[in-house]
Amino acid sequence: MNEHVKNPNAAPRTLPRESATFDQHTLAEIRRAAATGIYDIRGAGAKRKLPHFDDLLMLGASISRYPLEGYREKCGTDVVLGTRFAKKPIELKIPITIAGMSFGSLSGPAKEALGRGASQMGTSTTTGDGGMTQEERGHSKTLVYQYLPSRYGMNPDDIRKADAIEVVVGQGAKPGGGGMLLGQKISPRVAKMRTLPEGIDQRSACRHPDWTGPDDLEIKIEELREITDWEKPIYVKVGASRPYYDTALAVKAGADVVVVDGMQGGTAATQEVFIEHVGIPTLACIRNAVKALQDLGMHRKVQLIVSGGIRNGADVAKALALGADAVAIGTAALVALGDNDPQWEDEYQKLGTHAGAYDDWHEGLDPAGITTQNAELMKRVDPVKAGRRLANYLSVMTLEAQTIARACGKSHVHNLEPEDLVALTIEAAAMAQVPLAGTNWIPGQTGSF
Amino acid sequence: MNASTQSHAFDLSSSTVRELNSALHALKEGSNASLWRVTNPRGLHAIAAGVDAPVTVEVDGPVGYYCGGMNKHATIHIRGSAGVGVAQNMMSGFVHIEGDASQAAGATAHGGTLLIEGNAAARCGISMKGVDIIVKGSIGHMSAFMAQAGTLTVFGDAGEALGDSIYEARLYVRGSVKSLGSDCVEKEMRDEHKAQLFERFKTAGVDGQIDPGEFKRYGSARNLYHFHVDNAGAY
Repeated sequence: MNEHVKNPNAAPRTLPRESATFDQHTLAEIRRAAATGIYDIRGAGAKRKLPHFDDLLMLGASISRYPLEGYREKCGTDVVLGTRFAKKPIELKIPITIAGMSFGSLSGPAKEALGRGASQMGTSTTTGDGGMTQEERGHSKTLVYQYLPSRYGMNPDDIRKADAIEVVVGQGAKPGGGGMLLGQKISPRVAKMRTLPEGIDQRSACRHPDWTGPDDLEIKIEELREITDWEKPIYVKVGASRPYYDTALAVKAGADVVVVDGMQGGTAATQEVFIEHVGIPTLACIRNAVKALQDLGMHRKVQLIVSGGIRNGADVAKALALGADAVAIGTAALVALGDNDPQWEDEYQKLGTHAGAYDDWHEGLDPAGITTQNAELMKRVDPVKAGRRLANYLSVMTLEAQTIARACGKSHVHNLEPEDLVALTIEAAAMAQVPLAGTNWIPGQTGSF
Repeated sequence: MNASTQSHAFDLSSSTVRELNSALHALKEGSNASLWRVTNPRGLHAIAAGVDAPVTVEVDGPVGYYCGGMNKHATIHIRGSAGVGVAQNMMSGFVHIEGDASQAAGATAHGGTLLIEGNAAARCGISMKGVDIIVKGSIGHMSAFMAQAGTLTVFGDAGEALGDSIYEARLYVRGSVKSLGSDCVEKEMRDEHKAQLFERFKTAGVDGQIDPGEFKRYGSARNLYHFHVDNAGAY
């Protein structure tokens, strides 16, 4: 209560005022750094507020274009990935894939649940650092095998079992960074898969050991194609920083599919300063990646997958309207499985956090049993039920994207286009290269409003 | 050669690497097509990559990048030099190079033996995971970086930062080491190591000619196995 209300005779005085620059979070970080001498490590992607898909709106049909009937007229959602060179492209029923997340970072039951949910909906899952597990291969109809700098668990038998190969150059949470899986999560099984001693902190390199630069990448892709007899699509995944050039170079190197991951894309464990300050938002990279494909005459020939902060069907529709062929989800998929669920609130509190904010995935103490190798905790994930929840969620996202696409008069989600979008903010207008709502102004491209 | 063994000739000036690899990948278990002579390789890439059969491939001349990549079971003999990443991620088998090898020879290889008669360039054995690499000449800088398992035996000298951030691989060097990388230290050469080295000598065909005592052993000090801020200066 205001002091004057309590005591009308009190002299007027300045209220205590907190600094916007030195806010409570900043102050706490300074104190923590001073006390420990070490930076903060956490999981997930950028948490700061960024220009995002919420800053875009779709333009529904009106007199100049007519909509499709919501419950009667077809709106396709299928996507084919790897049509450029692969003898066996991947055919997915929905344009939402599951991003790469490692066994080691995630528990076996969580990987199985991802496979079950994705397969029910006719989409793919992706391995991660540490190799391919039976849980995932056995339950994923379509599995993308990541080819990472560490090459942990990499072997030609698993490459041949995969449906596609994703050469990982970087990820959105940390473009230019490697990884660290702390000792708590290096269980005997994880250690064996990675050829490492148990319980040590395991580093993942930031660069590939046997190639550097786009010319080498071209030869590396040629080798992977030779090993797999040119059957499997080869993706190249980059963290969003220079999406125009990275996309162009990936295409030049022979990629079938380019994956661009914005800074909201999650990680198992990285320095907070890296997550929040390196890379660019998902919204800012799509048009530039598409432009690179268009300049090379490869848009829709080399497919583009966009990831980083995709949460609902509106995000899917907007990403596709900006030119992506598909999206990938990671964090959202974990939430669908049960990550950060309020039912574990008491245990989150004991860890000094709360449901919705828990991000110390690297510590292996996840109450939800997802980002852990603890045998007791991981029992909390029922792969069948969790897989069902993921399938439900993917289904809702697809229905939502179709709802928006039909409203825009599109018989396939891939028919969405930038002309179906406007922006709510100048920043989003500039990044997505669509007009500010109510104007014809695209900052940096057209005249003033 | 066994009388029943079939020999196949493959001239890469008139056929493609794709045709060669396709034929090698099509080999079925028990096939008697066990000797493949490849001529005119002319530095082409990915020659005999992804072979998964106990065959012998003899390549007459220099090969480009990733020859024998991800090899399983095959013996690949290169009468020339090898480009970047020869035998990368090999699982088993034997890759023998008569000349020199470029960077990242045997990178991430899990098993088998890589024998290099000449020198190997930088990052030899980077991230090796169980392979045995024998280099009769010298190796370049940053060799055995983050080497996890296996052995790297060098008859000549090693460049800068040998074994940086090494895990459990064993490094044997006969000549000088320009410098050791972070967390890599010289270790005592015990009888078990001399016996292991002697096995490598046999593979290299020099057993009885060299004394294992001339070699020094290097491995992990294991100080960086757990990240600690007090070690930040080591990185």
